[in-house]
Amino acid sequence: MSYDFLQHYWWFLVSLLGALLVFLLFVQGANTLIFNLGKTDNERRIVINSTGRKWEFTFTTLVVFGGGFFASFPLFYSTSFGGAYWLWMIILFSFVIQAVSYEFQNKIGNILGTKTFQIFLIINGFIAPLLLGGAVATFFNGSNFIVDKGNITEFAQPVISRWANCSHGLDALLDIWNLVLGAAVFFLARALGSFYIINNVASNIINSRARRQVLLNSAIFLVLFLVFLTHILLKDGYAYDPRTGIITMEPMKYLHNLLDMWYLLIVLLISVALLLYAIIRTVRDESYTKGIWLAGVGVVLVVLILLLCAGWNNTAYYPSNVDLQSSLTIANSSGSKFTLTAMSVVSLFIPFVLGYIFWAWRAIDKKQITEEEILDGEAY
Amino acid sequence: MFNQLFLDISVGTVDWSRAQFALTAMYHWLFVPLTLGLAIIMGIAETCYYRTKQQFWKDVAHFWQKLFGVNFAMGVATGIILEFQFGTNWSNYSWFVGDIFGAPLAIEGIIAFFMESTFVAVMFFGWKKVSPGFHLASTWLTGLGATISAWWILVANAWMQYPVGCEFNPDTMRNEMVSFTDVALSPFAIDKFCHTVTSSWIIGAVFVVAVSAYYLLKRREEKLAKASIKIAATVGFIASVLAAVTGDSSAYLVGKVQPMKLAAMEALYNGGKSQSLTAVAWVNPLKQPNCRTEKEHSLCVSVPYGLSLLATRSLHGYVPGINNLIDGYVKEDGTREPSVKEKMVRGRWAVNALMAYRKAKQADDTVTAEQNLKIIRANMKYFGYGYVDKEEQIIPNIPLTFWSFRLMVGLGSFFILFFAVLTFIVYRKDISQQRWLLIIGICTLPMGYIATESGWVLAEMGRQPWTIQDMLPTWMAVSDVHPASIATTFFLFLGLFTLLLVVEISILVKQIKKGPEYGK
Repeated sequence: MSYDFLQHYWWFLVSLLGALLVFLLFVQGANTLIFNLGKTDNERRIVINSTGRKWEFTFTTLVVFGGGFFASFPLFYSTSFGGAYWLWMIILFSFVIQAVSYEFQNKIGNILGTKTFQIFLIINGFIAPLLLGGAVATFFNGSNFIVDKGNITEFAQPVISRWANCSHGLDALLDIWNLVLGAAVFFLARALGSFYIINNVASNIINSRARRQVLLNSAIFLVLFLVFLTHILLKDGYAYDPRTGIITMEPMKYLHNLLDMWYLLIVLLISVALLLYAIIRTVRDESYTKGIWLAGVGVVLVVLILLLCAGWNNTAYYPSNVDLQSSLTIANSSGSKFTLTAMSVVSLFIPFVLGYIFWAWRAIDKKQITEEEILDGEAY
Repeated sequence: MFNQLFLDISVGTVDWSRAQFALTAMYHWLFVPLTLGLAIIMGIAETCYYRTKQQFWKDVAHFWQKLFGVNFAMGVATGIILEFQFGTNWSNYSWFVGDIFGAPLAIEGIIAFFMESTFVAVMFFGWKKVSPGFHLASTWLTGLGATISAWWILVANAWMQYPVGCEFNPDTMRNEMVSFTDVALSPFAIDKFCHTVTSSWIIGAVFVVAVSAYYLLKRREEKLAKASIKIAATVGFIASVLAAVTGDSSAYLVGKVQPMKLAAMEALYNGGKSQSLTAVAWVNPLKQPNCRTEKEHSLCVSVPYGLSLLATRSLHGYVPGINNLIDGYVKEDGTREPSVKEKMVRGRWAVNALMAYRKAKQADDTVTAEQNLKIIRANMKYFGYGYVDKEEQIIPNIPLTFWSFRLMVGLGSFFILFFAVLTFIVYRKDISQQRWLLIIGICTLPMGYIATESGWVLAEMGRQPWTIQDMLPTWMAVSDVHPASIATTFFLFLGLFTLLLVVEISILVKQIKKGPEYGK
């Protein structure tokens, strides 16, 4: 396997993890709807218990996404996490409060009360999709950082990557296009959360409320997403010369990427169609509960294609707006060939991992969650 | 001091980053050992249920799983910060060694975290949804996932203490992996894993003993308490003996690869042959001694030849002290270990040659580049010393390492005795009549946590100032983040984790007071 192939393969894998993470944000999306879908304490408990059986997957995928990036593209890990300090800290803080909220909220001895932990879930539900979406948008819109590996020999200022202003990542939220994608991911997460509740909960009243949320949130998502997609297809992109590594601006780079990699364009169109079909069928057919699977496949593929467009075809996936040549590409930021090869062997475990997740998921979800089950005791 | 930390970016950033990592790691380590330890005990209880089909054993397993769940959530919550902190607070480190260090973290996620998170859901919610065999497998797989996770994170930690399987690449300005097996199967990693996991089993055992002892003292849940204490005593005894064995080999490896840590934890200023092992001595816990001018500590009670035996496996083996390590010394094989000053000089040669090499490469000056490459290769072993200004910087905090070592070993020895007596009594006598032992059992719980946290304080403070032994000091590993930002997140995490810890303890206490639910 050539080094170039390994870099492309690992960009595919981290993109796939990123895409799965966006899909799994349905947990966060549904949590923002706790009070919309559940009007009584028991109804809210059903919704929380439904997402509570999946939250670990979202959490773990985020951690593996981070670990995967660290191993395969350590310069991104170093530059983005160290530079955009506050952006990542806020995201992580929201996941910390989420992680305990399920287990603690209905336990005797919870001195903070049930509502505190429900609010924690909602805070995470708002922050995580919004900021993760905004962070992904910086792959297309750029960030304000400088990289100079030579700094390691400087005794006075040894840090190789620095943020060019004191906001430490919060400046990403001043870019309207980052906010547009952040908002799109937020409404997508709410739509996916509603799809999931319809599939997972045996309650007609909760399901009818969820169907209304599918329509509302999907409509807002589609508008925001199409605006963002149009923007990136028409904007200048960050291209690099694979021989010299020099980065330049190229008009309509991302559109060119899709046309050059036509197979990605076909998958993109099919996945958007899948998503639209899931939305329309779920809204129109009261008995249809499988929308989460079609929508899920559609979302994973759409995000995957977007991320592949950001990194493949000689594109700088983490552009710098203050120093173009500091931009990160899959070639200049990856692990060594040895490490990528070793990690590729490990990646052969992934289908096995996905297999047992599917198996366990199916075993737990064979029967939809009912009120009786929640009151029976095996519940948060 | 606080003013200085806020104003001086170099000192403040390093100190707050270290403080934040220490805070989050120590909080995380309050929950992880109990997860690893309880996993064994509830796994055994559920296996008994699977074999006997008695409802009683299901109740036992179910009860400990409920407590496990509360603790597990906190472990997960505090763990996420640790992984991302390598990037947020130690960005130079992430690039300089990310090619090696990132791999175990990624493997931990792919292989261990998914196993843990998938099967923990089946364990909690699957009692009525899956077959007993599937459920039992899920319980053991949850514990196995946590243990595999411990393996990979300890591989990563061991690599920082004993960096192997890598080579510096001057073109990419980082260390790159050249042997995956050297990294994954380093003797330091294997020993660290065995010692850490067995000591975690002790925590699980002392927790179960303490809760069961509480029930027996209150004369309630006697059947469950007696059955649980039997399992916990056996697990605790085996684990404490194994922890002592692996602790001994840990000390031997430290002597080989981190002699300064060994000298600091023994407060050994001037070493030599046939060294005694200090059992206890008056080392002022609040003041870093000046090893160059002060005499050895007073009121010393020691075991003759003990340190030489521990560190070299020979009664008359040579163990260097702090001053020997600073001044240089002749090893037993006749080779000479350079002084710190010499290492600093050679380290600076390596750093300066690296700078010249980069410039020559940019100017296409292959001759100069080649000359500097030779200098880099000849002195790379001491690269990290190039960033050291004073010899004293490489001495860890002596009182902290000295006392944390004694706390850990002292309590570890007590656990062997305690579990030996407890095991004897639970199998031979009626434990509920031994009130003195039950009271000791409850008191043992905080001791377990003190011992395990002391172990980590020793391991991490003892290797200061290095983030990676001899390769990268802490002040070269940080991110370019203002200390005020890190101080803010430090206090945010301190407040949040403390609040959540209080909630967790409150929930655990109420759950324990409420007791198990029988026949569910």
